[in-house]
Amino acid sequence: MDVVSQLQRQFVEHATSLYREGYLDDQFTQLLKLQDESNPDFVVEVVSLFFEDTEKLLNNLTTALQQESIDYKQVDAHVHQFKGSSSSIGAQRVKNVCVVFRNYCDEKNLDGCLVCLEQAKNEYLLVRNKLEALFNVSL
Amino acid sequence: MSAEYHEEDVPHVLAVDDNIIDRKLVEKLLKTSSCRVTTAENGMRALEYLGLRENHQQNHCNNNGSKVNMIITDYCMPGMTGYELLQKIKESSVLKDVPVVIMSSENVETRMNECLEMGAQTFMLKPLKLADVKKLRHQLTT
Repeated sequence: MDVVSQLQRQFVEHATSLYREGYLDDQFTQLLKLQDESNPDFVVEVVSLFFEDTEKLLNNLTTALQQESIDYKQVDAHVHQFKGSSSSIGAQRVKNVCVVFRNYCDEKNLDGCLVCLEQAKNEYLLVRNKLEALFNVSL
Repeated sequence: MSAEYHEEDVPHVLAVDDNIIDRKLVEKLLKTSSCRVTTAENGMRALEYLGLRENHQQNHCNNNGSKVNMIITDYCMPGMTGYELLQKIKESSVLKDVPVVIMSSENVETRMNECLEMGAQTFMLKPLKLADVKKLRHQLTT
């Protein structure tokens, strides 16, 4: 098997395990479909954008939840953004944490929010590591 | 740069979304479906591009003079929602016939009905799929 086929096979095997373990869902497949010869780095670009955006969101969320008087509408607005972007790239486990997170925002439940923030950070780091390994580059 | 399409043949779509990842994605979905795309990050910028202003004065042409054949906008945006943007477009004598598609991550029936009643062509659930956008593109030419 030539190098290209071998790499493709490794990619598919690796990606399959990420789907199976729930890190990625079908939306990631949609991204792969959009990549072509005219835009060969599309998936890496979108995923990198997601990482940059997430870092900012997580910082904003951390700050918002440290305030004396918490503005839960603002927190919810950030989580809504995060849910949207994670959903758009197929980061299923991150998205699922965001769903729970929003419920805690509605309830103005600080402990719940703080737990979700930690979970969101962890799931983000996990999927980031997995995606970097998948593309075998540092994103 | 592909020389296959002439400017007149390819629909020009204005895509509005405050989320940077969604903007990039919708742009790619539309380009892959053979559309020319301009993006805007909020309702105000979209209205500016379309040549509409708060006091409803209208330019004859927008910024670069190229006609917009369709507007696709997110519903939940800070400042001006997609619904409010839709409303302003439908109130404009110049733009009221431009089809407007609303995208939302939340499948709320009242929201969908309110948009359709205001004259939205379609209400689409996010995240968008390539098949949905291709179908939309097909509707533009028929």
